[in-house]
Amino acid sequence: MKTSLDQFDKAFENRIRLQIMSVLLANEHYDFNSLKDLLNVTDGNLASHIKALEKEEYITVNKTFIGKKPNTQYAVSEKGRKAFIKHLEALENLIKQQKL
Amino acid sequence: MEEKDIHSELASIRSLMERSSKFLSLSGLSGVMAGIYALIGAFIGYKIVYEKYGSLVISDSYTDNSLVYHQLILIAGLILLLSVVSCLLLSIWQAKKKGENYWNPVSRRLISSMAIPLITGGLFIIILFLRQEYALIASSSLIFYGLSLTSASQYTFSDVKWLGFCQIILGLLAALTPASGLLFWVIGFGLLHIIYGTVMHFKYNR
Repeated sequence: MKTSLDQFDKAFENRIRLQIMSVLLANEHYDFNSLKDLLNVTDGNLASHIKALEKEEYITVNKTFIGKKPNTQYAVSEKGRKAFIKHLEALENLIKQQKL
Repeated sequence: MEEKDIHSELASIRSLMERSSKFLSLSGLSGVMAGIYALIGAFIGYKIVYEKYGSLVISDSYTDNSLVYHQLILIAGLILLLSVVSCLLLSIWQAKKKGENYWNPVSRRLISSMAIPLITGGLFIIILFLRQEYALIASSSLIFYGLSLTSASQYTFSDVKWLGFCQIILGLLAALTPASGLLFWVIGFGLLHIIYGTVMHFKYNR
């Protein structure tokens, strides 16, 4: 049991971070406001989780402007993609182990 | 972590991946409505042509009277406008009912992937019309519409792809037999839309 718990990524312990990663894996990129609408979270909440993922270098940020409005796009990095897949595998392994 | 929790976690990841990359509020009912508009329009078009010529057999014979063609194009344009408006309104309503924002990255991608073949097709049809090449108008409208559906299907229910394939096949058949263009047009825009819309409505929207 302990071995598979070790594979869990600390960065994904929080549900919102896992959700952000799910959206970015399924899409080439996603912007801040659409992510906020989709996950139904507040500005501050989303920003802090994004910052955490950025610090892990799991996502990349591209800031541009549309007119005067900031338009920040997020995309998953190669490192983040690998970490996410590994985390999913760990979840699946845990299910398998519990079935034994 | 309990097994139940992991299952719900995996399920929520899957649903989020799908919801974030596919627009799932596309209204089936609007397909049915588009089909009905097309049938009504085709009936009016049939009346106009039939009253003028007494038959529908050979389309070349209408070319001597471009007024008939102007009327038919006007009807087709109205059908298109009504169908697009119904589709937008019903889909927005559907999204609101689900508490989703209808204007999101996926709906934008859906619209732009549809727009490229549709606008190309629209311009192509206008060119055919200006050059008085009326015989291929019905078939090109079916073909370009089919192409736009297959390209849009990446961003919504994959069933849309099959509707697109059927429209393309009908369009090609219509090009082979230009004299029965209206018939294929009625099957494609009328019947197929009604069948597709009904299936979608019961499969997803309820």
